[in-house]
Amino acid sequence: MSLDIATREAYGKKLAALGETHPEIVVMDADLSGSTKTNIFKKQFPERFFNVGVAEQNLMGTAAGIALSGHTVFVSTFAIFATGRAWEPVRQSIAYPKANVKICATHAGITVGEDGASHQSVEDIALMSAIPGMKVMVPADAHQTMSMMDYLVKTPGPAYLRLGRATTQQVFDADYVYEEGKGAVLRDGTDVCLFTTGFVTKATLDAATRLEEKGVSASVVCMGSIKPIDADLIVAMASKHKVLFSVEEHSVVGGLGAAISEVLTSQKPARLFRLGIQDAFGQSAPYQELIKHYELDEEGIARQVLGKLAAL
Amino acid sequence: MSKSIQELQDIANEVRVSIVKMVHTANSGHMGGAMSFADMLTALFYNKLNYDPKNPKWEDRDRFVLSSGHMCAGLYTILAKIGVFDEKELWNFRQLGSPLQGHPKYNLDLGIEMSTGSLGQGLSVANGMALAARVQNKKYRVYSLETDGGSQEGMVWEAAMLAAHYKLDNRCVLFDYNNVQIDGFCSDVMDLGSVADKFKAFGWHVIEIDGHDMQACCDALDEAEKVKGKPQAIISKTTLGKGVSVFENKSKFHGTPPTDEEFAIAMKELGN
Repeated sequence: MSLDIATREAYGKKLAALGETHPEIVVMDADLSGSTKTNIFKKQFPERFFNVGVAEQNLMGTAAGIALSGHTVFVSTFAIFATGRAWEPVRQSIAYPKANVKICATHAGITVGEDGASHQSVEDIALMSAIPGMKVMVPADAHQTMSMMDYLVKTPGPAYLRLGRATTQQVFDADYVYEEGKGAVLRDGTDVCLFTTGFVTKATLDAATRLEEKGVSASVVCMGSIKPIDADLIVAMASKHKVLFSVEEHSVVGGLGAAISEVLTSQKPARLFRLGIQDAFGQSAPYQELIKHYELDEEGIARQVLGKLAAL
Repeated sequence: MSKSIQELQDIANEVRVSIVKMVHTANSGHMGGAMSFADMLTALFYNKLNYDPKNPKWEDRDRFVLSSGHMCAGLYTILAKIGVFDEKELWNFRQLGSPLQGHPKYNLDLGIEMSTGSLGQGLSVANGMALAARVQNKKYRVYSLETDGGSQEGMVWEAAMLAAHYKLDNRCVLFDYNNVQIDGFCSDVMDLGSVADKFKAFGWHVIEIDGHDMQACCDALDEAEKVKGKPQAIISKTTLGKGVSVFENKSKFHGTPPTDEEFAIAMKELGN
């Protein structure tokens, strides 16, 4: 049976499970514990859970103090507030002293849906990637989320885990194990390579099947880690394919596509088209409609790929 | 290593001399606030903190977070004087490769509890350390400096709310109120009004003192330690650049190094 749940839900359940075996874990939230799913941990370990109210800067500063006193601290709120509102306290009080704080932010990207642009972070990967030493990870499904969390609890230092609100279809098997900074080849093709990450991974895989029917053989690579980025895999794929694409539920400025571009320009110049949010704010609508509107559903991705190839 | 009031006053004076020398040597840095806070800092480290200079990573130590990081010349001097590191290091302040950065960089080997410099974050960080003590059933106390200019940052008041909400009675804020910030008097730039009333309204135990009265500094630290169920704020009225006539109450000396002539006057007036 496939595990089709939102990555935030996988996060909440896994966090509570980790709480059993890791007494050093402390969890914090900023008045969104029902939405971020940290309330599952809170219920089981109330003495290790702190709600700071609607105060994201204070969330980060307080987390840093707890972490520097010997704890592994998981902090959660919506992605735009964790990375935008609190960016400088994350930089100053968490990243600079290398505090062991895991910023696990939910409601990333446009799949927040009806709440609209104020709540849809399309810049969080860019913001976190810019901070020295910050790891940036984006799970594609529940299994990858949980494996990344196993990695996080045994790896000291700051990290950003980007989670979503919407139900995510399973991509990885239950025995998948995340390796630091490694991408995963999900599909082998010969013509184009589609690099993807997060929520749109399943749609990208399905788009590849659709492309096959149109005579385009596509590889699909899931880049769970944006920073560090799997440069060797990018170079290998650039060597084997004529055209590369990145697909992400994030701005094309400073996201996965930008990270891949940085590798290609210095190590293996190649043509890369970046599919994602094209320097725009999101808007209100059911998330399925938004994904379709921004052409990040199976059909939209395939259409964009074919369009770019036709224009070459 | 408890000291008499006279001994503490003498040490505080030595701290001021060191602050001026460090900033003069580096030809950059912030003397004014470090000098206004020198008395309370001395009282804290010599007569209050449960701290072992030979083991700055001791888990049960009391902690001090210098939220207004620009005032670090005073903290570095105290840490050297109590023997955490060699005083020679002070003369590399703000130089390439020195662990004594222009604003503190977290380094427990040197007793620097937190990276600070971006204002108004230390209150939150220190609260976190105090919450960790609760989780771990430890008895240590956590002190942090806060300042008038620094508390114009909204995050300070987010943290003030949290400390009272969680009844952090192992938390004490040492508020240095010299009423001078970079652009002038706080009362002109952005008037803070009554800081005491603000902390009281947030649910804190507030003690107001003359921050240059060493006996009052010691008494306030003793009083704060006895408070149950509430965080404590000791609000010290102080003078920027205390002890040197040409520096006192002049916003220029918030962050400008002294000329050679001013340095000579300072050394003379501080009796060095």
